[in-house]
Formats: sequence, structure tokens, C-alpha cells
Amino acid sequence: MDSITSAASVLAAGLAVGLGAIGPGIGQGTAAGGAVEGIARQPEAEGKIRGTLLLSLAFMEALTIYGLVVALVLLFANPFAG
Amino acid sequence: MPLLLPFAELEVGKHLYWQLGNLKIHGQVFLSSWVVIGALLALVVVGTRKLERDPQGTQNLLEFLWDYIRDLSREQIGEKAYRDWMPFIGTLFLFIFVSNWGGALVPWKLIHLPSGELGAPTADINTTIALALLVSLAYFYAGLSRKGLRYFEYYVEPTPIMLPFKIVEDFTKPLSLSFRLFGNILADELVVAVLAFLVPLIVPLPAMFLGLFTSAIQALIFATLAAYYIGEAVHEEHH
Repeated sequence: MDSITSAASVLAAGLAVGLGAIGPGIGQGTAAGGAVEGIARQPEAEGKIRGTLLLSLAFMEALTIYGLVVALVLLFANPFAG
Repeated sequence: MPLLLPFAELEVGKHLYWQLGNLKIHGQVFLSSWVVIGALLALVVVGTRKLERDPQGTQNLLEFLWDYIRDLSREQIGEKAYRDWMPFIGTLFLFIFVSNWGGALVPWKLIHLPSGELGAPTADINTTIALALLVSLAYFYAGLSRKGLRYFEYYVEPTPIMLPFKIVEDFTKPLSLSFRLFGNILADELVVAVLAFLVPLIVPLPAMFLGLFTSAIQALIFATLAAYYIGEAVHEEHH
């Protein structure tokens, strides 16, 4: 792999994870805040809220994971390595 | 470009290749999934050998799992069709769950392979894509067998404008299912490996517990989504 390709790949891998973490981070914060509010208002619904929260957090986390998969492909299975 | 970390010795992109005709297959994935399948079979055989009216021990565990999977599939697929699909959903859930936890809890390092390393079968993209394509086939089969060609009405409901989106959805469903599972499991392994590389003692432990937690959630999510897709396909629209 020539040096420009590898430099661009490493940079892109970092950006893929870093930028991909912003959106889900905000989303998870909003979701967790909503869940805490819900529990404060209705403490008896805690179990149900927790289950739904965890499930939706995992969905949001998947978005970052897509970025991670792209980063891993760039680092370990680079199609442009030549 | 395989990554080699001295302490953690994580090997990404290195495989134990078996030649099968023209195909090169990843042997370590087969070995660890056979172990997983064997463990599940052993559990079920032991648990159902002497059935008792008051379940104890393994039978109790199996009945709890059965209840759990039934509730999951009944909630997503609906009262009418869930019985047909419960075995499928249950198999997916148990296989993925035991794979994920087996990959993290079994000390695979003690078994030395000539190349590559044993680990969770779900940390290999081929396994997760195969599972996701099975889900795709399953929901097409579910829809077609229950509704016949009327199944395709679903593509133009509520308006025909939805047609391209619904077609794209058929491709993105297996893509997101497989990438989500693969990425999460591999990410857990990588995080633990990198932490173990930096500080070999104690520090990786919280990351390991987090890994166990997320991998259990991922198994639940995969099974829930599979059931949801099947439920969407068999759902009768009331006009």
C-alpha cells in the first residue's frame, strides 16, 4: 500500500468512528434523559422503561458500529491496498 | 494487514483456512460454532431426559427460556402465527446468545491453532450475514405462505409511492442485521484486547462486563427484529 493511501485510510478510519459517534451520542442522551424523567414521574413503571430504553440504546449504538465496521474495513481489509 | 498485539494477541484478519473444493472457509469459525451447537444440544438433551411435573434444575431453566422466547415471539408476530415461528426465533436467540457469551467466557486461548484464533462465531461477518439472510428468507416465506401473492400488496400500502422504499428495505434489513451483530461483537473483543494490551490487569474487567451485557442485548435485538420482520410479513391489514 503506498503511503498516501495508508495515510488517507487511517485518517478516514478515525473520522468514521469519531463523526459517527456524535449523532448517536446526542440521541442516547436524549433517550436516557426521557427515561429518567419517565421514572421520576412514574417510579412503578421503572422495569418497563428500563427494558425499552436498553433496546433503543442498542439501536442507536448500532449507528456508531456501522462507522466502526467501515473503519475496520479500511484498516484490515482495505480494498484500495493494491 | 493482520494486527498483532503482544499481550492480548488479538488476530484480526487471520484465519485458519480449510480448502473445500474451490472455496476457502474459515475453519476456526466452524470449530467454535460446533462447540456452541454441541453445548446447546447437550443442554437440551440433559434437560429433557427426565421430565417432571415440578421442574427442577436444567428443566426449570429450559422452561424459563421457553417462556421467554414464547413471550418474545408472541409479542412481535401476533397470536395467530407465532407458534410456527417460535422454533426459528428461539434457535436464533439461543445460538447467538451462546456464541457471544461463549466467545467471551470460554478460555479459547488454551487451544492453539496453527493460524487464526478461536472466538465467538458471531465475530465473523460470514456467520452474521448467513443468519441475516436466513431471516430474510424466513420472512418472505412467512408472508408468501400465509397470504400468497397478496403478500406483495404490502409493498404498495398505504400508497404506491412507498414501493421503492419497501424494495430498498428488503436489502437494508439483512445488511443492518448482520452489521449490527458483527460490529458489536468484534468491537467488544477489540476493546478488551486493546485494554488488555495497555494494562493487562484488572482494568479490562469493566469493559468485559460491559461486553457480556451488550452481547446479551444484541442476541435479544437480533431475535426481536427477526420476529418483528416476520410479524410484519404475516400481518393482516384490516380495511
